[in-house]
Amino acid sequence: MPAWMERLLGPRPSAEDLARHRADFLAPTLVLAVAVVLLLTSIFLPYWHILLKAPQYPGGLRVEAYLNRLEGDVKEIDGLNHYIGMRPLGEAASLERTLSIFAVATLGLLVIGAIFIHNRKALWLALPGLVFPAVFLGDLYFWLRNFGTNLDPRAPLSSSIKPFVPPVLGVGHVGQFATVATPGAGLILATLASLLILAGLWLHRRAYKPLVEELDERR
Amino acid sequence: MLRKTHRRISPWAGAAILLLFVVFAWTSACRSGGQGQPTVSLGSGDADRVIADRELSPDDVFAALKTYVPTGRHDDYVMFASGGHSGQILVIGVPSMRLLKVIGVFTPEPWQGWGYSDETRAVLASAKVEGVEMKWGDTHHPALSETAGDYDGQFLFVNDKAHARIARIDLRDFETKQVVKNPIALSDHGGAFVTPDTEYVIEGGQYAAPLGWSYASLEQYAEEYRGMVTLWKFDREAGEMVEDGSFAIELPPYWQDLCDAGKRVSDGWIFCNSFNTEMATGGIEDGKPPFEAGASQRDMDYLHLIDWRKAAQLVADGRAQRIKDFPVLPLDVAVEEGVLYFLPEPKSPHGVDVTPGGEYLVIAGKLDPHVTIFSWEKIQRAIADRNFSGEDAYGVPILSFDAALESQLEVGLGPLHTQFDDKGYAYTSLFLDTAVARWTLGGAYSSLHEEAPWTLVQKIPVHYNVGHVVAAEGDTVSPDGGYLVSLNKWSVDRFLTVGPLHPQNFQLIDISGKGDSMRLLYDMAIGIGEPHYVQMIKADKLQAWEVYPEVGWDPVHQRKHPNAVQAGEERVLRKGDTVEVFMTAARSHFVPEKVEVKAGDHVVWHITNVESAKDATHGFALPAYDINLSLEPGESTTFELDVRKSGVYTYYCSEFCSALHLEMVGYFLAAPGA
Repeated sequence: MPAWMERLLGPRPSAEDLARHRADFLAPTLVLAVAVVLLLTSIFLPYWHILLKAPQYPGGLRVEAYLNRLEGDVKEIDGLNHYIGMRPLGEAASLERTLSIFAVATLGLLVIGAIFIHNRKALWLALPGLVFPAVFLGDLYFWLRNFGTNLDPRAPLSSSIKPFVPPVLGVGHVGQFATVATPGAGLILATLASLLILAGLWLHRRAYKPLVEELDERR
Repeated sequence: MLRKTHRRISPWAGAAILLLFVVFAWTSACRSGGQGQPTVSLGSGDADRVIADRELSPDDVFAALKTYVPTGRHDDYVMFASGGHSGQILVIGVPSMRLLKVIGVFTPEPWQGWGYSDETRAVLASAKVEGVEMKWGDTHHPALSETAGDYDGQFLFVNDKAHARIARIDLRDFETKQVVKNPIALSDHGGAFVTPDTEYVIEGGQYAAPLGWSYASLEQYAEEYRGMVTLWKFDREAGEMVEDGSFAIELPPYWQDLCDAGKRVSDGWIFCNSFNTEMATGGIEDGKPPFEAGASQRDMDYLHLIDWRKAAQLVADGRAQRIKDFPVLPLDVAVEEGVLYFLPEPKSPHGVDVTPGGEYLVIAGKLDPHVTIFSWEKIQRAIADRNFSGEDAYGVPILSFDAALESQLEVGLGPLHTQFDDKGYAYTSLFLDTAVARWTLGGAYSSLHEEAPWTLVQKIPVHYNVGHVVAAEGDTVSPDGGYLVSLNKWSVDRFLTVGPLHPQNFQLIDISGKGDSMRLLYDMAIGIGEPHYVQMIKADKLQAWEVYPEVGWDPVHQRKHPNAVQAGEERVLRKGDTVEVFMTAARSHFVPEKVEVKAGDHVVWHITNVESAKDATHGFALPAYDINLSLEPGESTTFELDVRKSGVYTYYCSEFCSALHLEMVGYFLAAPGA
């Protein structure tokens, strides 16, 4: 392997190393691969649920947020929201929804890349996948805040409903509604993927750090 | 001396004993006030206090527990009751006896917008009589569509006795979709009844008239006047009664009454009662016997037995004549081809009711205290053996009464109509006795009950003057039992007086037990019509929509409305003197909120309720133009008007839709014309 490539991709274990520490080298590969599978699966599952409970809606109104779309009683909630001057939910996070599938697929590819890079750069490749659930929740908070605090002052109920931010997760109240926000299966998978990436990186470091140090010493 | 003294004292002693007795009776009466009846305890202090305070007997508590449907819970059965001359259908839950809905059928009904939009007016106008739109009807006998003789919960048919019309209601949205006018008869009565797979909707006649009601004097009654039974072809796929394949059968000018279709072993036949086989033509004013007497002279009238499959084949083979462009199988052809037979039946009967398996026909002759039970097997044998006792004036063969008779059973005075349960019992209403009789069926039904076949088991008083009765699915191939409702014509003292027009009284009766265990449970006042017949279906057989399938739905035609308006596409277009409005309704606004026209304009107005939440219904009222619409979620409708004069009008939502319902309004501004 040319030196520049070794500098970029990190050291390759020798056949002898491989034979002796097969499990050590296999572990990060497997853990990170599983993380990628979970992350890619999460694309097809809802990331966030919100249930709006009120007396006149037995069973409540529900919205499921997928990475690229909203499902559920969006029309009815938009209809109600016009009374308090909130913009239609469909206007929220349109850039994120357009890019998200592509972005998460890219995160997965980067983590796969990290499997093949045996030096510290692997951390930078896996980092976006690691922090993705937190970024999702942060972005959700941003939009909830953006929508809840930018109400049309001319709306019929603007005087009785003060600007509000429903909790990203947990129970909140607005008007006669209780809002119950819970993570979706997609977010749970992405979070598991994030934890696996963390574990995978640790295993990765444990397997390749001696080789990297050896390489540094040789230099 | 002693004797004398004794005699002197005795009046005092007698008075003292009497006083003692009165005091004792008075105190014991006082003691029993409120608690003299056997008390009942539910073991809950609160409940026991209510029972004591309201002076409820154990029977009352039993009835309350049997009928109370706890708040938020649903009924087990749904009844469809005709509204009589209200021209509507009533939908009632059982056992709660709560009125769930009134369905507009032959009479405009503003709450549902029935008869105020172009689409619904077209349904009513499709069944004009002599070119005139009738504003009312006389609904008598609702009939649920059937599959293999059992209710399938898809459609409901009902007749208009006054005008010989049949309406069809779609049970996906409980709204009337179709009305057909019988071209050859002015009035009907023996309808609607359906054949076991709803191949046909049966409409029997009533008061004889020349077919097509062309003129003939009453002197020509026997020659020119005729009865009829009409079979409307039902196209299940299209969900409509269709003229192609429909036909009538000419009958003698007796007054045909109720009909029923044979089922199971008697499938393929229709049975219709008749009265006035005397062919009385009245004339009380000329000193002749009035109809009520003239039509009741003979001891027997004729049960009509009609082979409808054979009749349909003959019509298909071109044997029908056309009267008012409607195919009518002539009486002589029906007789010659063995389509029509008569069977003597005790005079002036009302109901002919076929047992669940189709084996027996039960005749309730209202002027005869018996129910008469004919065996279908014996009838078939009598037909095969040509066992006739004669023929009537029109050549119709009359089967031997004795050859067809299975049993006659005295049930009481004024038997009218019979229903069945799952335990081998039949229930016959007794108008004059004002009671319902439970009696046992024989044959294969004997094993279902302990009593001897064809015997009276119990008579339960009802209040008062019962017409029809209905048992749960009690005229199908598999009755459920459990509940029976007595459709009482008079209520007299059963409710608070609400003026001289008293409500009718529906009485719920528990028939779940065997033997003489029938119990009266509940009185329901019907203050919105005069029901004649009811059918009771298991609630889970109904699959009604909660909202329309998509926004922009035309409920009358059950498809997307060609002028559905989507949110954001509202507009007002002018083309010459015609203004076309495309409007949406949503909580809590119409779009647009002002419509500007000129006097003399013609306005075509389309409105779509763009909501899809359950129960988010809007009304649309335009005062002075006699418009009120009901726009259920997703519904789209159209109405038209000619602007009479200049002025300012407000249109508003007539359904309390939301907290800002009063603000759901708009201005219809009619400027002076050019």
